[in-house]
Amino acid sequence: MSERQIQLEVLRYNPETDSEPRLQTYSVPCLNEWVVLDALNYVKDNLDTTLSYRWSCHMAVCGSCGMMINGEPKLACKAFIREYADQIRVEPLANFPIERDLVTAVEDFIAKLASVKPYLIPKEDKPIEAGEFKQTPTELKKYKQYTLCINCMLCYAACPQYGLVPEFLGPAAIALAHRYNQDSRDGGRDQRQEVIASHEGVWECSFVGACSEVCPKHVDPAGALQQVKIASTIDWYKEHLMPWVKK
Amino acid sequence: MGEEMSSKPYIREISKTNWFYGQPRYMRYMAREVTCIFIFAYTFLLIWALRALANGPEAYQAFLAALNSPLGILFNLAVLVGVVYHSISWFSLTPQAMPLQRGEEFVPGNLIIGAHYGGWAVVSLIVLFLGV
Repeated sequence: MSERQIQLEVLRYNPETDSEPRLQTYSVPCLNEWVVLDALNYVKDNLDTTLSYRWSCHMAVCGSCGMMINGEPKLACKAFIREYADQIRVEPLANFPIERDLVTAVEDFIAKLASVKPYLIPKEDKPIEAGEFKQTPTELKKYKQYTLCINCMLCYAACPQYGLVPEFLGPAAIALAHRYNQDSRDGGRDQRQEVIASHEGVWECSFVGACSEVCPKHVDPAGALQQVKIASTIDWYKEHLMPWVKK
Repeated sequence: MGEEMSSKPYIREISKTNWFYGQPRYMRYMAREVTCIFIFAYTFLLIWALRALANGPEAYQAFLAALNSPLGILFNLAVLVGVVYHSISWFSLTPQAMPLQRGEEFVPGNLIIGAHYGGWAVVSLIVLFLGV
């Protein structure tokens, strides 16, 4: 097993003692199969126990270890050291306030996610005895890719619009609203439209497309947002030009 | 929610004017957006052409002479490059905005992009036909 010495530059911030973040460099002996998260764990275990960062699954499922690696939003568990030069800079996710070191404050995203009601709102209540809500493979395929979102917030870190206009609902929240709107079992679109078709919703998006480029699960939130724009525009025309047509 | 937040979260400021500099991804986006100015500029040329037509044959000949001048040709070339870049960059995004599902599969993105180029060719041919 080959070993390589890496200079890991980490942006540190301690809210109790620091007025602003500062870079701290650690020299880490890395194995070829290591990801950046392994290097951070090495630092935590062997060099500096005060380093704070979030992680859990180490397999790109939990969405906890999102951070900026050489300026790119990445999952630290999916960023292989061997794909980088000997110096790697690690910073907290862009566009979010820094809580401590690599830990960001994510309350804004959580509140936005909740506001789009990202859960099934059945068209009609059905007693359990009436059985399950059935769906064909074709109906499932229509929204399946959006179910792969792991709420890692890389898309928010990549989105310049979210950075410039913090009120923007953002990629993942709208993509998840779209996921449920596209679900044949769901009847909650009207409730979600009030939030996602607003100015702070989909119309704040200018289709930079960065969200989809950085998404580690290939959800393509940018695509979802453009589809919501088209559907909302059709709604508007129906409402204003053909008021007799029901949605 | 919120009670665990530190009393002093650090907010990194983003420049309102040059946030896209040095970021290839954002520069590509700006190039796509900025090239719409060429379309805007060309509409002025068309309005100028209409005005020259309305002002009689001499005015129209003067307009044509201006078009044939090196500056006129340079302007048209610049517009052509800008508009082609603008169109290509937008066409390449169409599969994301307009996915087509047939049965359990989605139509390949290249087909959707290709259909846009096809439509572009047809419209160009109609314009060419009307102009000859």
